[in-house]
Amino acid sequence: MKVDEVPQDLKFFKGTVIRDLSYAVDENGNYKAVQSDGWAVKNDALQVTLDGIAEECEEIRQQVLRHEVSPLAYHLRKGLMDEGMLADNSGVSKRTVKKLMDFDHFAEADDDTLGKIAEALRISVEQLKTVPDQSPLTQTDTNNGNRI
Amino acid sequence: MEIEFEHRPAAHCENGVICNMLRHYGFDLPEPLVFGLSYGLFFSHMPFVKLAGLPVTSYRTFPGVLFSRVTRMLGFKMHTRRFLNQEKAMKALDQKLAEGIPVGCVVGMYYLPYMPIEYRFPFNGHNICIIGRSDDGETYTVSDPNATEKVHISRKDLQKVRFTKGGTYPLLGQMYWIERAPAQLPDLKPLVLKAIGKNCWYMTSQPSWLPYFGVNGIDCLAKQVRLWPAKYGPRKAGLNLAQVIRMLEEIGTGGAGFRYMYGAFLQLAAKMTGREVLNDYSRQITEIGDKWRAFAADAAAIFKHRAEAPTYDQVADQLVEIGKMERNFFTSLKQAIK
Repeated sequence: MKVDEVPQDLKFFKGTVIRDLSYAVDENGNYKAVQSDGWAVKNDALQVTLDGIAEECEEIRQQVLRHEVSPLAYHLRKGLMDEGMLADNSGVSKRTVKKLMDFDHFAEADDDTLGKIAEALRISVEQLKTVPDQSPLTQTDTNNGNRI
Repeated sequence: MEIEFEHRPAAHCENGVICNMLRHYGFDLPEPLVFGLSYGLFFSHMPFVKLAGLPVTSYRTFPGVLFSRVTRMLGFKMHTRRFLNQEKAMKALDQKLAEGIPVGCVVGMYYLPYMPIEYRFPFNGHNICIIGRSDDGETYTVSDPNATEKVHISRKDLQKVRFTKGGTYPLLGQMYWIERAPAQLPDLKPLVLKAIGKNCWYMTSQPSWLPYFGVNGIDCLAKQVRLWPAKYGPRKAGLNLAQVIRMLEEIGTGGAGFRYMYGAFLQLAAKMTGREVLNDYSRQITEIGDKWRAFAADAAAIFKHRAEAPTYDQVADQLVEIGKMERNFFTSLKQAIK
């Protein structure tokens, strides 16, 4: 890769201090470190992965609306976690997490438990208690939580 | 209190932390040299190890290995600690900082506040260097090699990222620092040649019945890619392919990136050892890096379902060719440095 071929496709790094560094050859054939804003191919790969997750989230969202599973099931997938990881990171037992996946049990959960879970999932308790009205597929904003 | 510390961004987090730390002790080694000396170039594709339901492909050695290899080789005495108690882990960090010692930490990406939210996957293998603490003890200054400047993190967040659970592996607040620097570096010339030899060995020594590692792994990946469309259908196959590209280019600054970095290393090695032939090898690995990039771009056309997209068989053929090129490259490089 030549220095002037280093991609500068800014997408996910926007608004942050994170950048890539690439090694590329200059006109004399010598390697140099060049800062990069990102690469469209790589951005696409991440976007496709996020879209895949959004599709699954939409299925779960429909289940929540039918009261088949709790909003926690939605936020768990949206937050890229599984039951075990959530239990480990929130300090809530895996058994409780499993129980709260059920719509009715979730409605009876205490705020202390929900607070711990919400924090581990990087969202607020209010967000945790509901699912969005819109499908995640139509949301252009891929931000899946608060920056806490 | 902030330690006087020059922050320089790097292509890869672990190399970056090592380079910045070594420079703090007066040894300014470029990132590609550190990468080459720790013979970090590798390839592995393990269909049976799954991360978030998708197979793991890696283009470098395991995390943590680079640091211990290179510091030992250069004569540094370093120390690593892990903790069960979170409070103790923070206290130990504070103590080292008070002594004026920059401390490397292995952290999880998921709760790392200054990362783009889309990058904050459950991945527990990021390296940062803590270089200061505010007077009230609530904020820490961080040199993160992926950031263009120094960043800050609250005590609460730092504790959280040092002890993120689950994911690749649970974190135990692992921290490392340099206890003693040598008066001067050893003669690097023989070390460079030895490291090149070792890297060639790591890439080509695997017997054919061990298909997952080294150059064998590239063939293994090619075989798997051919099977995906029939096995998973277009959607899941596309996700699998996107995962390969993400690992190639993003998590750990992947395949092409590491090949280019190795090219930069070989150029330095040519200068340091006076072996002109290494410049030819630098050009060759650059070409291989370009092939990896072309593969990534073609793969993207597939998983974006573009009209002009090649077939899975065609990108698998590209991989087979890359595998052949890398096999020739490392076999012949090994002979060249004898």
